[in-house]
Amino acid sequence: MRDEKLEFLFRLGDTALVLSQRLTEWVGKGPALEEDMALANTALDLIGQARLWLAYAGEIEGRGRTEDDLAYLRDAHEFRNVLLVEQPNGDYADTLMRQFLFDSWHLLLLDGLAASADERIAAIADKARKEVTYHLRRSADLVVRLGDGTPESHRRMQRALDDLWMFTGELFEADEVEQAVEAQGIARGVAQLREAWLAQLQGTLVAATLVLPPLDAWMQRGGKQGRHSEHMGFLLAEMQFMQRAYPGLQW
Amino acid sequence: MSTASRPTADQVWQWLAEVEDPEIPVISIVDLGIVREVRWHGEDDEAECVVALTPTYSGCPATHVIEQSVRQALRAHGLPRVRTLTRISPPWTTDWMSDEGKRKLREYGIAPPVGSASAQFIPVADIGRGGRPASSGLPDCPRCGSGDVALTSQFGSTPCKALYRCKACLEPFDHFKCH
Repeated sequence: MRDEKLEFLFRLGDTALVLSQRLTEWVGKGPALEEDMALANTALDLIGQARLWLAYAGEIEGRGRTEDDLAYLRDAHEFRNVLLVEQPNGDYADTLMRQFLFDSWHLLLLDGLAASADERIAAIADKARKEVTYHLRRSADLVVRLGDGTPESHRRMQRALDDLWMFTGELFEADEVEQAVEAQGIARGVAQLREAWLAQLQGTLVAATLVLPPLDAWMQRGGKQGRHSEHMGFLLAEMQFMQRAYPGLQW
Repeated sequence: MSTASRPTADQVWQWLAEVEDPEIPVISIVDLGIVREVRWHGEDDEAECVVALTPTYSGCPATHVIEQSVRQALRAHGLPRVRTLTRISPPWTTDWMSDEGKRKLREYGIAPPVGSASAQFIPVADIGRGGRPASSGLPDCPRCGSGDVALTSQFGSTPCKALYRCKACLEPFDHFKCH
């Protein structure tokens, strides 16, 4: 029997881990020193959260795999992150819009998990949501400043929103895993988060003079079930290189 | 170590109050509020001193160093068996930082957290509406004491800090964020 809680923990851990990896790709080449530090710090929070989720997943799995084994020694089809976070960094508008779409969803998700029937999940979520509140404050603020900025920054932010939109449907997709963890009281149903998320988005997009894409647009899916975009293999190749080339290496 | 001769938990707390935070060596881990509990587990030679620690941020790289420093410090005081536990609930907050810790931070040039973390919680619905952040809760300049300061960067040299500048004395400074 498949353990739905384990599957759900992989979704949480892998999503945080993969976005963290994407953000670290900016380190050393951010458009300004302050932005470089902000992305690095956000990535650090996310990798800390990924570690907490994956360590718990490893314990439940009971095969002796640590969070490092899970991060560095699984292949793309075994990752359960949402597709949104594996999308390439693109230009700074793409990176920021991805972050805003993610942060606004992530905070709602963690708020629900902080009331989880599983004490360990509730504790991790309660800790993580304080960090994520800060992430959202920053990403939402920048979406407003750049959306309502110059014609060029406005154009890029709108384009980034339109391009990324098809990856947001999956965030609220309740498949059998999500339904099972909801029934067990582990998580609030993700579909229920959509209304609050849209309200959050609308408020920020109005202030940013950006237009919300059509709600009935076609949506891409599959990340949560292990079907990833072509970008995932390249991301893992870089993230996992050391442990693949030198198995068990420590420093 | 016999149960009668072992140091009390209060004594262990005093020793821990001398263990520095590796990122901000001017304050101790007790001042920072990350030591949550000290207790003895077991009797006589089996007894171990258990220290529960709460990491500040999930990804704080200092966490591992702090555990090592705790074990090292207590061994130096003659405790052979020390076990550290990571406790993430309730989550760490700057409200647990001691007044002494805040004073030492200021002297060191880092503006300490202002007010209570829970009181500054911004309703999520108010985030990203294009309004200017409230001016309450801004730190004073740790050098000249002026309240005329401006945010330079929401993130600083460590996850727990933000970067500000003083418009009176023109110096930049770190602010330990309310969390």
